[in-house]
Amino acid sequence: MRLILPLSITFITGVIMVLHFFVPHQPIKLLGDNLQDWYLIVASAAIFLGALNLMHVHVRKIKLKLKNWKYSPVTIAGFMVMFITGLIYGVTEARPFDFMFMNMVAPMGSTMFSLLAFFVASAAFRAFRASNWRATLLLTSAFIVMLGQVPIGAMIWDKIPLAKVWLMTFPNTAGQRAVMIGAAMGVVSTSLRMIFGIERSYLGGTD
Amino acid sequence: MAGILEKLGNMDRRIIFVLIALSVIIPVTTHLTFPNPVGAEPSRDMYEYVDALPSGCDVLLSFDYGPSTMPELHPMAIALATHLLRKDINVVCMALWPEGASLGQEVMSGVADSLGKAQYEDWCNLGYKTGGGIMIVRLGSSMKAVFPTDRDNLPWEEIPMLENISDLTDFDLIITLSAGDPGVPAWVMMGGDRFGVPVGGGCTAVSAPQYYTYLQTGQMVGLLGGLKGAADYETLVGITGGSAIEGMAPQSIAHLVIMGFIILGNIAYFSQKKKEGRG
Repeated sequence: MRLILPLSITFITGVIMVLHFFVPHQPIKLLGDNLQDWYLIVASAAIFLGALNLMHVHVRKIKLKLKNWKYSPVTIAGFMVMFITGLIYGVTEARPFDFMFMNMVAPMGSTMFSLLAFFVASAAFRAFRASNWRATLLLTSAFIVMLGQVPIGAMIWDKIPLAKVWLMTFPNTAGQRAVMIGAAMGVVSTSLRMIFGIERSYLGGTD
Repeated sequence: MAGILEKLGNMDRRIIFVLIALSVIIPVTTHLTFPNPVGAEPSRDMYEYVDALPSGCDVLLSFDYGPSTMPELHPMAIALATHLLRKDINVVCMALWPEGASLGQEVMSGVADSLGKAQYEDWCNLGYKTGGGIMIVRLGSSMKAVFPTDRDNLPWEEIPMLENISDLTDFDLIITLSAGDPGVPAWVMMGGDRFGVPVGGGCTAVSAPQYYTYLQTGQMVGLLGGLKGAADYETLVGITGGSAIEGMAPQSIAHLVIMGFIILGNIAYFSQKKKEGRG
């Protein structure tokens, strides 16, 4: 029963959702819409679960004094301050929650992301080598795209932005499309395997 | 000479960090600007599509990004909102990312105030809902089922501009400003391919190559890629002193510095290789 029940639920919901895509009529439409609503409710509940898990992980880390435990009180304090402020004052504009989000969370997030530029520069210096003809081709393409992506490229030679657009539209698209089609076929086959009960790893544990 | 090249190859990365910092700080503090010509790029396609929309039509603007990608996507959002509201297009905002709802509110209220537009009449913000692609499919059958209230808990029925909107197909265009997943692919697959609503958008420079595939097939009407895409849109809309246009000079210099480092690294590499060959 422990196996048959989840497999049956997966099969029934999977078949309904596939039919929902092709048959926009009742009763399939009603069933599909209801399942989507259930999904939204479950996904929303998962956010609370995530918050509880975050607290559990960090409280445990502090209790057991695990590696880097000193950062955990900061995480808990940040979480609690935002959570309580949002709960008391709401999340609408010009309230304390919004003020803290726009003036603390947003600048800190942007700062963390901007650090990438430094690491990209350092990594490019050490790893981007024209060691063979394929690497040289990649390096040349990267230079053209880097120059075409900023106004100084057009100032150096007005054909550089055109070369960038050509590189992005043709060679890049060909490669990206191959990856996307491969991934999509993988998704379809895995989904079918799950619907028909062949793929069971998502249930956890063993058969 | 060989010693210098060897030292160059083993350069302390702190020197690289300092030079990158200077390449950004100097153009910013000296207010260096470069002209930003807009060629036949996907950003122009995006602008032309929006510009051809008639006044009074409805556009869904989805803020699918967080604070980390604000420097690239926020200027796009401001330029797009300015263009849409200037053309008297009704803008319905929402977010697939939790932080996007607050960022969208900040953009829309700022732009609307400067243009004298009113919330709930010219624009509204439905806020964030979880679910990504599945939620978009649900929007295709009922918007109100997903968003019974807006971000500020005002019921759907009490928002005048939503009177004629029941599902996703009532929109003339979907614009997604996307920093990852869920974002552009979800909107293209569900909003565009399944429900037939035209999709356009903006994304970070690093994810733009992935979305060029949607441009060639016509699954996207246009794309703003990174800060350059935002600067293009600011230029086309006629925004003076926009943060994206101002950001083009530091980005240009930083790109040149990175390219310089790559060339230096290669000189050191080939010198080392030559030396090993001799040995």
